Order: sequence, then structure tokens, then C-alpha cells
Amino acid sequence: MFENLSDKLDLVFKKLRGQGVMTEENVKEALREVRLVLLEADVNFKVVKDFVEKVRSRAVGTEVLQSLTPGQQVIKIVHDELVALMGGGEDNSLDLAAKPPVAIMMVGLQGAGKTTSCGKLARYLKGQRRRPLLVPADVYRPAAIEQLKTLGRQLSIEVVDARADQDPVDICRDALQYAERSGFDTVIFDTAGRHQIDDFLMDELVRIKGAVDPREILFVADAMTGQEAVNVASGFNERLDITGVVLTKLDGDAKGGAALSIKAVTGRPVKFAGIGEKLDALEVFHADRLVSRILGMGDVLTLVEKAQSVFDAKDAERLQQKLKKSQFDLEDFKAQLQQIKKMGSIDSILGMIPGVGKMMKQLQGAQPSEKELKRIEAIIDSMTRAERANHSIINGSRRLRIAKGSGTSVQEVNQLLKRFTEAQRVMKQLQKLGPKGLMKGMGGLGKGMFPFS
Amino acid sequence: MAEEQKGFFRGLMGKLVGGDAQPQETVIPPASEPEVRPGFFERLKKGLSRTQENLIGRIDTLLLGKKQIDADTLEELEEILLTADIGVATSVELIRALEQRLKRNELQDGEALKRALREDILARLEKYAAPLDINTSTPFVIVVIGVNGVGKTTTIGKLANRYAMSGKRVLLAAADTFRAAAAEQLEIWGERAGVDVIRHQEGADPSAVVFDACKAALARQCDLLIIDTAGRLHTKVNLMEEMKKIRRVVGREIPGAPHETLLVLDAATGQNAISQAKLFKEAAEVSGVALTKLDGSAKGGIVVAVSNEFQLPVRYIGVGEGVDDLRDFDPQQFVAALFQ
Ligand SMILES: Nc1nc2c(ncn2[C@@H]2O[C@H](COP(=O)(O)OP(=O)(O)OP(=O)(O)O)[C@@H](O)[C@H]2O)c(=O)[nH]1
Ligand SMILES: Nc1nc2c(ncn2[C@@H]2O[C@H](COP(=O)(O)OP(=O)(O)OP(=O)(O)O)[C@@H](O)[C@H]2O)c(=O)[nH]1
Ligand SMILES: [Mg+2]
Ligand SMILES: [Mg+2]
Repeated sequence: MFENLSDKLDLVFKKLRGQGVMTEENVKEALREVRLVLLEADVNFKVVKDFVEKVRSRAVGTEVLQSLTPGQQVIKIVHDELVALMGGGEDNSLDLAAKPPVAIMMVGLQGAGKTTSCGKLARYLKGQRRRPLLVPADVYRPAAIEQLKTLGRQLSIEVVDARADQDPVDICRDALQYAERSGFDTVIFDTAGRHQIDDFLMDELVRIKGAVDPREILFVADAMTGQEAVNVASGFNERLDITGVVLTKLDGDAKGGAALSIKAVTGRPVKFAGIGEKLDALEVFHADRLVSRILGMGDVLTLVEKAQSVFDAKDAERLQQKLKKSQFDLEDFKAQLQQIKKMGSIDSILGMIPGVGKMMKQLQGAQPSEKELKRIEAIIDSMTRAERANHSIINGSRRLRIAKGSGTSVQEVNQLLKRFTEAQRVMKQLQKLGPKGLMKGMGGLGKGMFPFS
Repeated sequence: MAEEQKGFFRGLMGKLVGGDAQPQETVIPPASEPEVRPGFFERLKKGLSRTQENLIGRIDTLLLGKKQIDADTLEELEEILLTADIGVATSVELIRALEQRLKRNELQDGEALKRALREDILARLEKYAAPLDINTSTPFVIVVIGVNGVGKTTTIGKLANRYAMSGKRVLLAAADTFRAAAAEQLEIWGERAGVDVIRHQEGADPSAVVFDACKAALARQCDLLIIDTAGRLHTKVNLMEEMKKIRRVVGREIPGAPHETLLVLDAATGQNAISQAKLFKEAAEVSGVALTKLDGSAKGGIVVAVSNEFQLPVRYIGVGEGVDDLRDFDPQQFVAALFQ
């Protein structure tokens, strides 16, 4: 597991503390780290190069502030510039301002997630009280039409009839006329996956575009795409002049740096993010979240969403109550651990949390976290109910018994208790955050409730 | 505020894993007014579309006018390797190897360096390369796994065709009961290849499909059973458990099976393929890799890292959407294409 950028930069700048301004020399090393982080996140090397140049010119000569470490200062510059590059603050809403039926075309490489995104988008638009029609224009992939039809059935949204022996351009043209006659206000065209170097199939897209005059042409891109994203995106853009991007499969651990490359070559905003296979797993895209993710600054939001999906609402409620009364006990501590375990491999969770890179280093061994969690659990399991509810009664002899029972040592029990009291203290701090506290967000109250969404 | 949340989380996780006790201050102040200089995109766009630089081109540019290859050059070379989607660890390893050669005075000029790099990459791929031999068991069972949309079902269709053509009795199992029309898709491939497909209704338990398919493969004395599984992201615990269960059922019904667990990777995938390989291997004892979509512009550099870091042979490559578009992996050809 690699440390995040801020840890790395702190290291680079350790010597620099208390000095006047950042110079070419001491920024150089930091920028190498920035470069590597971006490359590791799949941002295209050319984009990285230009970007780093930009950051350099902003960083060199900057005064070293007392309030922030130089590493933090550089990170801030990097962060801001990335958000700007990603088009943060720009309007990235879907443009449907045309005479109905408004046509939306989905294009992209094979398997990127076009068909699924068509379904998601149709559902989204239906939720906005629009009347979408779905059009299967992929006559090549086996069962592609059936796939879209199945999605339509699941959503109770009409899918135009089509056969694999028809010309996709005809299917689209007919569908648009049908939509006009039947009062649909939005028409979503699902096209077949294709390589941007496939002239025949690219021509087909151009012809479909000519036939339906789409208001939006959304380029669907897989968040796991590597360096090639640049060529693919510019290939599609040159032929079709795309209007936006849907970035799919962001529910995994891909950094999604390809999105930066795509934005850089096409200038078009990412409009939506796909965050799952299900049809409700579509979100409006937020540039700053992606940037945090790329920089490894802890996608706290992703973590919380992940937590939300496994946290039992009732458990959270109970915890919330306890927190109110400052009763967070060892039982809760253990429950927390179990929740975290449920969330998946602890490493992948930890990777989402800021500053953890540094902590992980402090733990010896390759992957001590899971193991250590097991021991903590064993220790708590060896306590009596009363002990768990009130740790202050755990005296020396009890500690010995617990250690024996859990196959650990008294030191380990001591360490756990110490850690627990600290956790308790943090919980109290959390309480001070008031109603906008974290557990509230986890309590299943929905993303909208989240203070930074 | 976001800052407090982050700080809190850091603190809490610190408690849980025994790290830093102090909840730390947030590193990132909220984004201030983004300052976009006009023309930046334009410049970038131009620069990007003008060059279709390949690995060799970039190495040449790097070496241009350099009389001596030094440490700085190697550092930049490391970045170039990263940009061919070759992972971090493997890039570092390759650079180390070059450093050794440099010390031994083996790298007199750019040509020597390029040759050495090629050899080193090739050696890593050849070390594990091995074609899949399906004659070692009857029935031979292949479970095909991978993240969403990489080309599992298509690869299975091509494999079915290849082995049916060579006279094998092949059976397919549609254990992706989740994705819309996944079974229909596999059935069409079954028709193309002239082989049977065992399927259930959408939403059925994939393990039940696999159970039936194993029974059928034994009863029909098949030579090869290929199991198509739903695409799943390697970070999803539940879905990974479901996949493990599929493998357990196979093993219970046909002792020794699965004989091959084939991980399918998309040539356009970047660094994430390493995480995919790691977690799939941990969960499912992956024994081979198929690299798809090499007919596009992506070169699939990431398999160098995957093969090298996880000791996995690349078995097949996909070069199109047709039934014949499957090839055995050839390390020589692959490396040649990578450098082209
Ligand atoms: N985890 C996850 N899977 C997704 C997402 N979007 C799509 N998928 C999955 O990715 C796979 C491919 O999706 P499709 O919608 O068939 O992709 P496509 O671009 O239409 O594919 P072709 O038509 O063959 O080019 C399916 O397994 C989908 O369920 C997402 O946001 N997250
Ligand atoms: N050009 C090209 N396309 C391919 C290749 N392999 C697969 N595809 C295409 O990639 C898309 C996805 O392929 P599938 O076989 O459905 O992928 P999958 O992994 O089974 O997808 P899910 O089951 O949804 O996870 C389809 O459009 C295929 O035609 C290949 O080697 N070259
Ligand atoms: Mg499709
Ligand atoms: Mg499939």
C-alpha cells in the first residue's frame, strides 16, 4: 500500500520548514512526487507534464507560510489546479434545452458501460418527470438489443423494437419519428461499442448523429482506463464533437485519472459518474471528489457511502443515542470493528482515509491491520459483559484473565484499553460536531444530508 | 465541514488500527477560485493530438543528444515505462536491472539501452508464459472471471469455437445470472460455436447453474466445461464471496476442478489491473490471464506488470469481436508491438 501524496510531500519538505520561499530546487523533488502520483492514477503523461509545469510556475517563489507546511502548500496548489483542469465550478448539467424529443447519444469503447448508462440515464430522467424512450442501435454485440429491453422492462420505460439485421441508422431515424408521434420528450440512443480507429463503425456514428441531431453526445468511459484514454477520447471527439462524458465503474478502487486526460483533450465536462451495476447507481459528477481520490487524500465520501451500505441503520441509531449520553463502550468499539470488517478488506478502506499511509508505516509487517483487528476482537470477546460496558473496572487480575482467554498478552490488553479510551475521546469530539456529525450521515439519512455533499 | 470529518476519520481509524493518536488537521483547504488561463486546454489539446508517441519514440526523445546514460536518464525512463501502463513496481524493477547493466558498462549507447530494456521485459513475460493444455483432465473445467465488461463472455465464445473446431466436446455454463441478457448473449455464442449452454432464469443462484453444468458435463462426457461468471469489481466483498462459492461447487462436483481460473483483462486498462490481479488471485487462485481488445489502439502494457508481479501466464489475447479473433499469447510479438 502506498502512502498518499501529502505524506510523501511532507517528507520531501521536512528540511524546508521555517525557510523563506520555495525555490526551483526544493520544489523539484516535490513535483517528481506529484508527477508519479498522477501517473499512478492513470493520468496521461502529456497531461501530467503540462500540469506539473503549471504547478511549478505557481509554486516557485511562493512564500512558505507558518500555518501550513510547504508540503501542504504544494498540495493545495496541486489540488486547486487539478480541480480547475477538471472543470470544477463549470456547468456540467445535462443539456436538454431543445425542441422535444431531445436526442441523447451514448458512444464509447466496447464494454465501457453504455447500455447500462442508457438505462440509468432513462431512470434519472424519468425521476425528473420526463418521458424518455430507449433506442437499441447496437446490432453487432450478441443480445445487445435484448439487454436494453430487459433494462427497459425493469424500469417500465419503453424500448423501441429493433432487429439485429436492421441498419442502426434506420433504427435511430425511425425511433425519433416514433418518439415525436407518441409524445416522448427525450430519446436515448444506445450505440455499439467500437474502437476509435475503426473507420467503418465511426462513420456509422457520424451518420446516426446526422440522422437524429442529438443535443448531447455522451462519451462513456471506464474509470479504469489507462494512458490510452487520450487517444480514444480525442478519436471520438474529432469525429463526433462530443458534448460530455459519463465516467463509469467508479465504485471500484480505480483512481480515475483517465477522466483528467479526457477532459484535457476534449475540453468536455464529465457529467455523470457510474457507481455500480444497478440502475440507480448514477451520480452527478463532482470534480473535486475525483481530485481528492486521485491525490489519495481520502475519499471520505466514498468511504461513508460504503459504510452507509453496510451499516445497519438501527445499529447506527443506537450508537448515536449512546454517543449523546457519552456511553460509547467496548461493545460499541467491537461493533465498529465488525462494521469496518464488513466494509471489505481493511486495506482498501484505509486507503480511502487521509493520512493513513503514514500510520500504516508505523505498523510493522506487511499487512498487520487485519491480523491486529482479529486480536482486538479476541480480547474484547474475552471480557465479561460488565467489563465491556465499563472498562474502568478492568483491574490487573482481570487483565491477566482476559489476556489468557484471548491468547494474547497483558501488554496487548493494556494497549487496547489505552487505544479504546482514546477512541472514546474522539467519539466525544465527534459529538461536538453536533447534528452534522458523522454517524448521522451513516445512519441511513441519505447522501443529501451529508454536510459536504 | 469536510475538514472536521476528515480529521475525525483519521483520528478514529488511528484508534482502531493503533496509529497516530492525534486527530490531525486537514491538509486540504477548500478549493479556492479556480484560475483557468484561456488557451491552456487549446495548447494541451493540440500537443496531445499531434503526437501519437509510442514507447520507442519517447525513449528516443529522451536519449536524443545524450552521449552518456546517467541516473537522471534512468529516472525519466522509469516515467516513460509508467506511461506504457507498465506498473510502478515493475517499472522500478526494470530500471534497477538497467542500473546494474549500466554499472557493468553494458549500456554504451541508446541502442544498447533499448535492446536491454526489451530483453528484460521479454524475459519477464517468458518466465511465466505457458499455453493452456486442456488435455490434462476430463472434463477440463475453466472458470472465467474479471471485472465488468472486459470481455469474459466473448472470450468464452471464442474459446468454445476453437476447441469445438478441434473436435472437443464443449459445454458452457451461464453463471452470470445478474446482468441483463447475459445468458442470451452466451447462448448466441454457443450457437455460433455449435456447443450447448446450461442456463437458468435471470436472477437465479449462479452456484445452482454451475452445479447443473457440472452434472451435465459429466453425464455428457464433455472434454471441456467453461463457466461464464458475472463481471464484478474486485473490491466488492459479497461478489467475491459469490465467486468463491462457484469455485467450491465446481470442486465438489468435479474433483480437482477448476483446472484453470482465467482472469480476463482489458488491454485499455491502466494501473487498476494490478489491483484486479491481486485481489482476484487472492480470492480465486487465478492461474492464467486473457488479454482482450488488442485490436484497438491500446497495447496492454499492464500485463507485463500483472504477469511479473503475480507470476501469471498470459494464455490468450483477444483481437476482435468475431468468433475467430482469439490467439495464443506470444511474448515476442507482444513486446515487439509494445515498442512499436
Ligand atoms: N461496477 C460497475 N459496473 C458497471 C457500471 N456501469 C456498467 N457496468 C457494468 O459493466 C459491464 C458492461 O456494461 P454495458 O452497459 O454492457 O457496456 P457497453 O458499453 O454497453 O458494452 P458494449 O455494448 O459491449 O460495448 C456490465 O457488466 C455492467 O453491469 C458501473 O458504474 N459500475
Ligand atoms: N474489439 C474487441 N472487442 C472485444 C474483444 N473482447 C470483447 N470485446 C467486446 O467487449 C464488449 C464486452 O464483452 P463481453 O464479453 O460482454 O464482456 P464481459 O466481461 O462478459 O462483460 P460483463 O459480463 O458485463 O462483465 C463486447 O462489446 C465485446 O464484443 C476483443 O478482443 N476485441
Ligand atoms: Mg452495449
Ligand atoms: Mg459477460
